[in-house]
Amino acid sequence: MDVLTPRSLEEALRLKAERPDAVPIQGGTDVMVELNFDRARPAVLLNLNEVAELRGWSQADGKVWLGAGLTYSEAMEPKLAEALPALAEASRTVGGPQIRNRGTIGGNLGTASPAGDALPPLLVCGAEVKLASVLGERVVSLEEFLVGPKRNVLAEDELILGVTVDTGDESRQTFMKVGPRNAMVIAVVSLAVRVDGDLRAAFGSAGPVSKLVRAELADADSFPQRVAEAASPIDDVRGTASYRRHALRILTKRALDRCLV
Amino acid sequence: MRIELQINGEAHEADVWEGESLLFALREQLGFPGSKNACEQGECGSCSVLLDGTLVCSCLVLAAQAEGHEVVTVEGLADDGRLHKVQEAFVAAGAVQCGFCTPGLVVAAADLLKRNVYPSDDDIREALSGNLCRCTGYAKIFDAVRMAAAAL
Repeated sequence: MDVLTPRSLEEALRLKAERPDAVPIQGGTDVMVELNFDRARPAVLLNLNEVAELRGWSQADGKVWLGAGLTYSEAMEPKLAEALPALAEASRTVGGPQIRNRGTIGGNLGTASPAGDALPPLLVCGAEVKLASVLGERVVSLEEFLVGPKRNVLAEDELILGVTVDTGDESRQTFMKVGPRNAMVIAVVSLAVRVDGDLRAAFGSAGPVSKLVRAELADADSFPQRVAEAASPIDDVRGTASYRRHALRILTKRALDRCLV
Repeated sequence: MRIELQINGEAHEADVWEGESLLFALREQLGFPGSKNACEQGECGSCSVLLDGTLVCSCLVLAAQAEGHEVVTVEGLADDGRLHKVQEAFVAAGAVQCGFCTPGLVVAAADLLKRNVYPSDDDIREALSGNLCRCTGYAKIFDAVRMAAAAL
């Protein structure tokens, strides 16, 4: 096994082009579990911790840029939490402090788990994912980026640079998650809701990918039912399909009560 | 591969396997067995260390990622032979049963008190939510953290 540690984005993209089999590792909260349990033995690991261009966030013209290396702890800090409240609420529910200090938004996108906690809040904020290779950059909407459980459209030679989200004008947003305790929980079902010009909801752990549902403000009464019907949950070790659908309906109702004030 | 890093204020180096965790390197190569190895998936917190001053699970850090960085383990909390206030409080409160989770909890509690000298019970609960004690001695652990906060 090789570990490559680029010191700049340019070097990272060049290494990814030369070694397309390289597995990117940032916070390690997914990749290290695979290594520790002998489930994966990648030939090459691409350590992105030293790539400064992937860090941080910025805000301009109603849009927020989140670098792929932004941690959940950083997403909870007051200034960013004010711009993206649902993402901050979701980040608070990720693992425990140790996990939130290491896990990143870019990692959540790269793993593309149906239970990824950052994905519903990003979906309701119209997230566009920026990808890059040595050949150039491209932008893909998050809805197009996620193509299946743990599958995305990232090409072999590409890296995730970050996402652009729109904060909305006076938008009200919230995030909810069902699990057996408040910390260290993989969502049984999760939901982000945003209300401004229209109603938007996105759910996690209730289908092969996190999915966005939209409706007019006037359709608030039927929205919980619509969100539940848009899900395609399965029975698994964490919950049953019928419970998940039921919970989504109730959560949407509660989220609307919170946002429609 | 060879890595060089600072551990508890001193320079160290080790030959590690490329896919090895920082936890394994600390315990098996570098002579710091204080951080404990249990779940190896970031669930239990018993391997908690500070990496460049940030609380992390060392089982989820690739040893190679620590190259050139600073690590503080539970062994590094005592100052010149004098226990850290959190360690003293854990002893005084009897916040230890089997002791396996103790190093991780001590590091996590020290990290909390570094950032927040007047933690509420909710702050303590949140700060320790990534650390499991399977003897379920949480009441005494809470007492110890409150005691350490009062002593600071």
